[in-house]
Amino acid sequence: MATKVLMPQLGESVTEGTITRWLVKPGDVVSKYDPLAEVSTDKVNAEVPSTVSGRIAEIVVAEGDTVSVGTHILSIEESGETGAATEASAPSQPAAAAASQQPTAPATAPAVSAPKPLAAGAVNEGQKQRYSPAVMRLAQDNGIDLAHVKGTGAEGRITRKDVQLFIEQGGMQATAAPAAQQMTEAAPAPVAAPVVQAPVKETAGNVDIPVATGDQIIPLTPVRKTIASRMVQSKHEAPHAWTMVEVDVTNLVNFRNQVKDEFKRKEGVNLTFLPFFIKAVVEALKEYPILNSTWGGDKIIVKKDINISIAVATEDALYVPVIKAADQKSVYGIAKSIEDLANRTRAGKLTMDDMSGGTFTVNNTGSFGSVLSTPIINAPQAAILSVESIVKRPVVVNDMIAIRSMVNLCLSLDHRILDGLVCGRFLQSVKQKLEAIGPETKIY
Amino acid sequence: MAVISFIDAVTMAMREEMRRDPNVFVLGEDVGVRGGVFRATSGLIEEFGEERVIDTPLAESAIAGVAIGAAAYGMRPIAEMQFADFIMPAVNQIVSEAAKMRYRSNNDWNCPITIRAPFGGGVHGALYHSQSVEAMFNSTPGLKIVAPSTPYDAKGLLKAAIRDNDPVLFFEHKRCYRLIKGEVPDTDYVLPIGKADVKREGTDITVISYGLTLHFALQAAEKLAQEGISAHILDLRTLYPLDKEAIIEAASKTGKVLIVHEDNKEGGIGGEVAAIIAEHCLFDLDAPIKRLCGPDVPAMPYSPPLEKAFMLNPDKVYEAMRELAYF
Repeated sequence: MATKVLMPQLGESVTEGTITRWLVKPGDVVSKYDPLAEVSTDKVNAEVPSTVSGRIAEIVVAEGDTVSVGTHILSIEESGETGAATEASAPSQPAAAAASQQPTAPATAPAVSAPKPLAAGAVNEGQKQRYSPAVMRLAQDNGIDLAHVKGTGAEGRITRKDVQLFIEQGGMQATAAPAAQQMTEAAPAPVAAPVVQAPVKETAGNVDIPVATGDQIIPLTPVRKTIASRMVQSKHEAPHAWTMVEVDVTNLVNFRNQVKDEFKRKEGVNLTFLPFFIKAVVEALKEYPILNSTWGGDKIIVKKDINISIAVATEDALYVPVIKAADQKSVYGIAKSIEDLANRTRAGKLTMDDMSGGTFTVNNTGSFGSVLSTPIINAPQAAILSVESIVKRPVVVNDMIAIRSMVNLCLSLDHRILDGLVCGRFLQSVKQKLEAIGPETKIY
Repeated sequence: MAVISFIDAVTMAMREEMRRDPNVFVLGEDVGVRGGVFRATSGLIEEFGEERVIDTPLAESAIAGVAIGAAAYGMRPIAEMQFADFIMPAVNQIVSEAAKMRYRSNNDWNCPITIRAPFGGGVHGALYHSQSVEAMFNSTPGLKIVAPSTPYDAKGLLKAAIRDNDPVLFFEHKRCYRLIKGEVPDTDYVLPIGKADVKREGTDITVISYGLTLHFALQAAEKLAQEGISAHILDLRTLYPLDKEAIIEAASKTGKVLIVHEDNKEGGIGGEVAAIIAEHCLFDLDAPIKRLCGPDVPAMPYSPPLEKAFMLNPDKVYEAMRELAYF
């Protein structure tokens, strides 16, 4: 008996995942917990570990296919089972047998799996890329990208019937529309639906954008799609207001310059400015918990935990991992958390848990030289604060001109929840805490 | 409309034509008093007499040669080869004389003969009584080769062959004689030589066949239909010249083609059918053109298990069709 491996639940709200890469092939021997596949879900890439030790009997879901949680994705013959070896020694055999045992015939099979090829991001790869002349001609005549067509033939081959069915169901137009639909579904949409739907579709679809010769087409990665839908969702649902304070962080700069080398030597971690900003923000959130809340449609939910989302950019995407229970951490603890999350983001090793539960976002836009930004709220949070570049500027101190290290803190807020007054007080509190930093400030 | 056997349809066609045209006569081994070893000419000698139903010596070259001479004289002979296997001594007469007469005489002479020959195995006839010989003749312009698979087609095509002004080889699968029954009108009708016939409409795979194996394909199609696989089945009916238009249409319809015949695979009719498809249908093809044929061995074995192994059957055809459907 082969053990079926199912698509795992990779986060509380995750309902489906895309197999981005198989790390095993039929016949491979795996130990329990060995990675089987890379799965990309809502904003996170994860590995699916093996649940048993044994030999891979069959891979059921093709690379690029998006399947719902609990879907059977591959089968493993557990070690010690008789027959496992014989079956595995001829990897093509089980596949053929499976195909011939399939009760549905090709005539009905495409109909049964009809909605599948339309799933957003369902891209066929690997062995299916050998096309018959009939398939090639149909695809060319009808302007079809065969990557969007689900193959029902032997070993997933795309048959002429598959392409004909795809054309009957609307061809390439149909692939764009459900993708848009999916995005609107993904949005919790507490606001009246019609208002949201139309513009979101527009963003996702983009069917009519002309492509000129020489233009490069970049297919959307799951992460890019999620970013797009989240940003659109946030901008359309949350009425953004914006405010900014400037903070004199000369003392912070001096203090950090004094301790950073020692800190690095002792802890092996760079002491940046960000942990100090986060620490100040977290303390201010304790004073003004309304900023640490969520819009609940007919209510406001003030969160008990203070989990700070931080933005970590990679070359092609932006990830927002979370520093959990940031109010219980020292500057040192926050620094360690940032370093850990940043490293794992760049290595693509974030887990769904790392990504979820954020209650407020601090965005270090200063790291790439910005002095002013209007961040988009990380829905469903109530506000986002960006820390801009620290720059030396002449300012008036005690009626004298002085050269001080100045920083702008920008706050985008959901005006459904927050008003200017409370946000102003919150920012003043953050500002005071930062300006009060000095030699006696505790790092641990 | 009466349901009659394949062989009765053959007899009916000959009787009707002999009644219709006094120039039509039958000659062959045991065709007269005996009524033919398969009883195809049963009752003819009683009705038309021994001058129109002639028992010949055991000399196929003479049967063919006499028929060709009579045809040149204006008669319409139906020459029977007792078994297609025995046609070999007559090949020279058929290929070099009958087939070339119109060409050689610059259209002055023609040769309206019909040569009937039971072919095929599955009747425990071993090597001298089981061969399929059609492939030996299908590169001979001037000849027509007809191989019907149903009683209705047998009658209509045999009458057309008798009325044809040029030589026609008329192959009857001997296993079909009493196995295959069908409705045959007792009216006078002819079917066009050179036209294939769609015996079953379908959308998933195309099967092209003739003779007994066509029935295997029809049975397999019935079974596959229950699994949701829809087979399109083309009966070639005429093996030379082939109905290219019908072959192209049938092949293009599904893009997946299986050619089935009992004759040996290599050099068989199926190769020519496949070539026509390859030449004309490349951009409609969704799978390799497949052939399911008799094995390339010298003869039909006498041993029953070996004969069974040689012969196609509905299960073998079913498997091949199914495999193609799932490609």
